[in-house]
Amino acid sequence: MIRTLPTSKTYNRCFKLYVVLYFIFLFAPLLVTCILAFNDSQFPSLPWKGFTLEWFTANLPERVGIFHDQINLDSIWVSFRVAFFVTLLSLVVGTCAAFLFEQEAFRFKQGLYFLMLAPLVIPGVILGISILLFSNTLGTHFEESWNIDVELFRPGFWLVVLGQFSFIATLVTLVVSARLRKFDRTLEEAALNLGANRLEVIWHITLKFLRPALIGAGAVAFLMSFENFNTTLFLVGYEATLPINLYLQVRDGSTPVINAISFLLIVGTSLLALLNLYFSRKDQS
Amino acid sequence: MTSHKRWGLFFFLAPVVLWLFVMIVLPHIDLLVMSFRFENDEGQMQWSLNNYLAFFEEPIYWLTFVRTAIYSILVTFLTFVIALPLAFYITKVVNPKYQGFLLVLLLLPFWVSELVRVYGWMILLRESGVINHFLLKAGILRQPIEMLYRDSTMILGLVYTSMLFMVVPIVSVLDSLDNSLIEAAYDLGANMWTILFKIIIPHASPGIMSGSIVVFMLTLGNYLTPNLMGGKNSLWFTEQIYNQFIASFNWNQGSAFGFLLLVLSSIVVWLGLKLTRQNLKKVVQ
Repeated sequence: MIRTLPTSKTYNRCFKLYVVLYFIFLFAPLLVTCILAFNDSQFPSLPWKGFTLEWFTANLPERVGIFHDQINLDSIWVSFRVAFFVTLLSLVVGTCAAFLFEQEAFRFKQGLYFLMLAPLVIPGVILGISILLFSNTLGTHFEESWNIDVELFRPGFWLVVLGQFSFIATLVTLVVSARLRKFDRTLEEAALNLGANRLEVIWHITLKFLRPALIGAGAVAFLMSFENFNTTLFLVGYEATLPINLYLQVRDGSTPVINAISFLLIVGTSLLALLNLYFSRKDQS
Repeated sequence: MTSHKRWGLFFFLAPVVLWLFVMIVLPHIDLLVMSFRFENDEGQMQWSLNNYLAFFEEPIYWLTFVRTAIYSILVTFLTFVIALPLAFYITKVVNPKYQGFLLVLLLLPFWVSELVRVYGWMILLRESGVINHFLLKAGILRQPIEMLYRDSTMILGLVYTSMLFMVVPIVSVLDSLDNSLIEAAYDLGANMWTILFKIIIPHASPGIMSGSIVVFMLTLGNYLTPNLMGGKNSLWFTEQIYNQFIASFNWNQGSAFGFLLLVLSSIVVWLGLKLTRQNLKKVVQ
């Protein structure tokens, strides 16, 4: 059964086999994607025709590697910018929310707390369409009443940022709240007694204490934004983010360039994940 | 001091209220309002239930809705069945030396974008895919078969995508299960199945429930995986929403669909919480 109990050999073997099979199931699609990024063939499929880096570096008429593929490079840049602003906005508002729910007392706190959790249980597609609708309503209203055309209300870069922010801020709030709960408030009181005002206390003491959580939450927020598809799908304008752009390419047939991008994404996110893990371990010990 | 406190409260409250009302509450009210508006024959907007009536009158709409719900339940169940032994192995069976490593290995693929993971499966499963290549080489198949665009493939993809959200909560509840309970049951002569149903599952039920809620909700709202792995036959309800919004440009009909999906997902979350007597606050932590 468990470590401390005697078990039959067959039981152990079966269990091991199950776990091994699961890990094959887990990693097979990623490994195959990575390997085929280096295959010297026009299609991302076997047979193996030899190793090449051309899907990264080439700039030939019949084969354009990712480093020269302007459309894909542009979409990566768009995703980076979106993720940057989403992270910034979510960190600021999420931290405010953490302070609000952990340290302040006010009427309707419980209700507001549940409202803050709501984005977790709203499907991303629904969040996307309702924000699209609302911005459109606002845009129409502004145009009809005051004859002002507000860029922000039309699908595009900033609407994508706001749409992703609307649910990523919840995650940041939860991560930062968890850390804030462990904070020893006597430290704050001591500082207040010594003549610091509330803002100084938060800036010099509480935020210092929260720093690991802020870094962790920021990394997760960045990644979630960078990879978001469901909400973005409805809010995107002419500047496609990377997932949207990849989706369009995958749907209409694929080339090994997509494998090359996937390879870079897999390596990049794995590094970020391991770094995040390393820092959170260090923080705990 | 009190005016100071008021100021601090306002400082945190303002951005949070702005976020929740502008990005969450108002857009969803707009969604609800839009779903009750209908363009009559003279091209004027009026209040009406037509969008909802259309849903019940067109079998394709409600059948897709029911199909999506049933498949989401199936996916949730399959995910649970696969995740439980795995979580048990990691927490109770494997040498504690490898526990951390296995957990990291388990989480790593889920940091990678869903699109990349689905793309990996497409490369593996399609007619010119890697699995077909090996089956042909081994002489098991004479003709390549199309393994994509079937319901079973779509289910596989959805299970794969949601595994993490089931494994993690179950691992964390099993971690808190005292080994001596299992040992005692074993000493008293209970067999494996009795231990599983009388001790392990009851103890793990909060984790199982929170995992199930998240998996169900994410599956229900998934667009990418059914669309790419199920192809034209996937008939997923989010695709109906997308079609109404982007292809037919019938936003009112789309809003009604969106609202119905939101209601279904909320009911299931609520029921899940009620059945296990938990609250949302606990589940998200």
